[in-house]
Amino acid sequence: MTDRDATPSVGAPLDRVDGRLKVTGSARFAAEFQVPNVAYGVIITSTIAKGRVREVDASAALRSPGVLSVLTPQNAPRLTGQLPTMRRPSVLQDDRVHYNGQPIGVLVADTFEHAMAASALVTVRYDAEAPVLDFGAAPRNPPESVRTLSGERTSTRGDVKAGLAQAAVRIDQTYTTPIENHNPMEVHTTLAAWEGEQLTLYQSTQGIFNVRNVIARAFGMTPDSVRVVSYFTGGGFGSKGAPWSHEMLAAMAARVVKRPVKLALTRRQMFGPVGGRPQTQQQVTLGATRDGQLTAIRHASTSNTSTLENWVEPAIAQTKMLYATPNLETQYDLVRLNVGSPTFMRAPGESTGTFALESAMDELAYALGMDPVALRLKNYAERDPETGKPWSSKSLRECYALAAEQFGWSRRTPQPRSMRNGRWLVGWGMATATYPARQLPAGTAARLMPDGTVEVRAGTQEIGCGTYTVMSQIAADALGIPVDRVRFALGVTDMPENPASVGSFTATSSGSAVHEAATALKAKIELLVPGGLASTAASDIVAKNAGRPVEVTITSQPRPEQQQYSMHAFGAVFSEVFVDPDLAIIRVPRVVTAHGAGRILNAKTARSQIHGGVVWGIGMALTEETLIDPVTGRYTNADLGEYHVPVNADVGRIDVHFVDEKDSHVNPIGVKGVGEVGITGVAASIANAVYHATGKRIRDLPIRLERVLLAN
Amino acid sequence: MISFDFVSASDVGSAVRAALAPASKFVAGGTTLIDLMKLDVERPTLVIDINALAQGDASLAAVTELPTGGLRLGALARMSDVAWHPLVRDRYPLVSQSLLLAASGQLRNMASLGGNVLQRTRCPYFRDTATPCNKREPGSGCSAIRGLHRGHAILGTSDHCIATHASDFAVALTALDATVQLRGHTERRIRFADLHVLPGTHPERETTLRHGELITAIDLPALPYARRSTYLKIRDRASYAFALASAAVALDVSGGAIRAARVALGGVGTKPWRSREAERALIGKMATVGVFRAAANAALASARPLRDNAFKVELAKRTLVRALMEVST
Repeated sequence: MTDRDATPSVGAPLDRVDGRLKVTGSARFAAEFQVPNVAYGVIITSTIAKGRVREVDASAALRSPGVLSVLTPQNAPRLTGQLPTMRRPSVLQDDRVHYNGQPIGVLVADTFEHAMAASALVTVRYDAEAPVLDFGAAPRNPPESVRTLSGERTSTRGDVKAGLAQAAVRIDQTYTTPIENHNPMEVHTTLAAWEGEQLTLYQSTQGIFNVRNVIARAFGMTPDSVRVVSYFTGGGFGSKGAPWSHEMLAAMAARVVKRPVKLALTRRQMFGPVGGRPQTQQQVTLGATRDGQLTAIRHASTSNTSTLENWVEPAIAQTKMLYATPNLETQYDLVRLNVGSPTFMRAPGESTGTFALESAMDELAYALGMDPVALRLKNYAERDPETGKPWSSKSLRECYALAAEQFGWSRRTPQPRSMRNGRWLVGWGMATATYPARQLPAGTAARLMPDGTVEVRAGTQEIGCGTYTVMSQIAADALGIPVDRVRFALGVTDMPENPASVGSFTATSSGSAVHEAATALKAKIELLVPGGLASTAASDIVAKNAGRPVEVTITSQPRPEQQQYSMHAFGAVFSEVFVDPDLAIIRVPRVVTAHGAGRILNAKTARSQIHGGVVWGIGMALTEETLIDPVTGRYTNADLGEYHVPVNADVGRIDVHFVDEKDSHVNPIGVKGVGEVGITGVAASIANAVYHATGKRIRDLPIRLERVLLAN
Repeated sequence: MISFDFVSASDVGSAVRAALAPASKFVAGGTTLIDLMKLDVERPTLVIDINALAQGDASLAAVTELPTGGLRLGALARMSDVAWHPLVRDRYPLVSQSLLLAASGQLRNMASLGGNVLQRTRCPYFRDTATPCNKREPGSGCSAIRGLHRGHAILGTSDHCIATHASDFAVALTALDATVQLRGHTERRIRFADLHVLPGTHPERETTLRHGELITAIDLPALPYARRSTYLKIRDRASYAFALASAAVALDVSGGAIRAARVALGGVGTKPWRSREAERALIGKMATVGVFRAAANAALASARPLRDNAFKVELAKRTLVRALMEVST
């Protein structure tokens, strides 16, 4: 059999290669792994937000049927290694309580039911202190402790004072976004099994190597003593990028009871112990000339962190590169609250930051009497205004045009409350979307088997985005074979190392590695047999290779262009809202998006990524908010009944478009990634539409109906 | 969750006898009880499955016509079945709508009518054993009053409890003046309006049911003008959310004048909230927006809002006005 007729697969709307496994329940998620003699762990959490655990009384629990052990700060084994400073875990090494719901114990029993029943019998006595919970009144962190991941606290270009002095029109407003929690369908889960000094973790994760490295360091082990397995993860959205407490607690408990321990968080435990978006308060100042040219931007963001670590929501990132203004000042501040640590959450920074910036741009458009799209085009950045570097590619102009055309924007009458549909006030709003295209080193092994299949292995993750599918497509095209001849495997730390599935890294990094490995394998085959698979059967090629599969292993490195160009995906989001004029009910019947994100690997899975981002953006705009009791710091809507994400009935038509964009600089496959850009801009476009519908500018998310009802 | 005994009752008599045991609970659909048992809020030592009762007496899960022109709704009937029943939809649109606007499709397929009206409040402090709650632990204090209370009640509250009664269906029933058929060691009938009690100083007492008493049926009285009725529910998302405010209304309008009216509010009361004040403000008046607004003002005159739920006063008024407009045009 030869592969003369393989048609290119990349770009096609190929069904997920793992779709059948998932819909038949055959895809194995972390909690579904079966190992002999497994025991079940349940985490016990604090019921105060600040203080010390004085005593954990587990005597009744220990008498309860099936209970094997209760680990507490009093009796837990001391870890000999080093704990991470980011996502600092609560693993019973001290008695300090930093937030309400913090892990302060783990109970292990022979069945899940026994563990749950006994966990209710554990009583804890505390030395409680008054928690700090009021964002507005909390003291600000010292400036030296405020650093984003890239190291910055403040930045300046040009002269903002002078820029504002030139401005004919000025917008100066404060926007807020609330604490949110990720809430993937699959709760965080670990199954920890020791064999001697070797630990295996079956894991729900976005980053198997992060788990391996962090756990090994914490337990004072070498990385190769820890093996992490994760074939499928039921969503993570940033919360599963690296370990928290439960992985270490499961491993610790497994060592104590000398049995494998399976530990899944409860839904309530998804609020606090595994990160979330912090609250932000963002002040945006825009100055512009009468004809709409921005003369200055100032953007200051204050967000909360926990008392465990200093995590800064990078809400200003997009403000530095989105619009061509010579004068810019930015500043981050932090307040420390007794709440769970914040972390990365889908488009960290750009999701919250575009709400503020793109709301302010809409306010500026109204102040100028200018069309919001025209204002953005007027300030279109032809190069990255912060670095001066050229874009590797940018199709934002085309995105505005395509989305506006598909939406029917030209029929908009700009005056607030000027459009109606029956009783409903109709509002049309738009905003810009953007997210960086980044790449990290990634490895892949590929080998040609005698039956003509090609096994491709990369230690990446399938978190629901379609990794199995697009990697199979990339390998098939590079080899010139049909997709069903590729066997793509992922999710084990024995495989070549790949970055975590975060930051829209997977398609760019692992995709490039798979492409390079498949390309190298093809070249190696063609060295053995001129013409390669197109002329010779795989069995003959393997025979010619001394009967061994033809194999390559490569590591793909980001290219020098990473330093020479500014690399971002861009997009435009247009939203329609209906608002009841008396009851302030808000509906979103229609969202139209257009994105330029380089090559689209799979039209279907890419569309799903944007679609999901828009759905989440609707929730971010209208309903999503983690509620924390102002007195006790207790999370009060810690379940999916009360933590309101959109239900089907909240989501209208979503039209997803991609602009054809060829980027020869970004990486070998020309891909920018679509995992995060889809949520950016959505909340602002909806808030802008609400203003257009009602004349009420809501600067605080979520846009709960009373905020519209009571606004002046 | 604690260990408990589980029995399945085959007839009403044996169910009621079993329920004489202390700390017993009936379970039908389980959509409230099982949740609360997992949360350790409900801690029955005996759970009595009553689903099989309808095998011996089909009327327990059926909708049947009463000679008076009303309907009898079996307490074991599922919300979905009743909501889509042609007689219910025809004679009592507000009942059908109140059921369909509640919960989710899956929950409506499971939840029984008896369980629906006895569902416990969604107050997050009641559902979290880590926080004080006078309803769950008498005398421990009310976390909601000093904490977050956006979803809480503004009518019928006390200094001890402001928990909202969560049922939509119960709001429609109180508007209709339904009656409840009970079976304990005797049979008795009470007005639906007398089933639930205000929290007062004893928020742990929620109903006038005696220990072990079983709701067997809910009777809807004949009310011809209820064909012009509606249940309007305002909430944070389009489905699967509890009411911020709701209104169940029926109007008898003739020549523009209101001859009779039924008004009840949901999402704002500690019990399903019949507003006779609003009804009095409507009856005999012309069906105009001004009259509706006056009725809404009367309905909310005794509201006691707090910081987070103050908006409910205006929202409930507007909800009621809108509902009245819908049935009068």
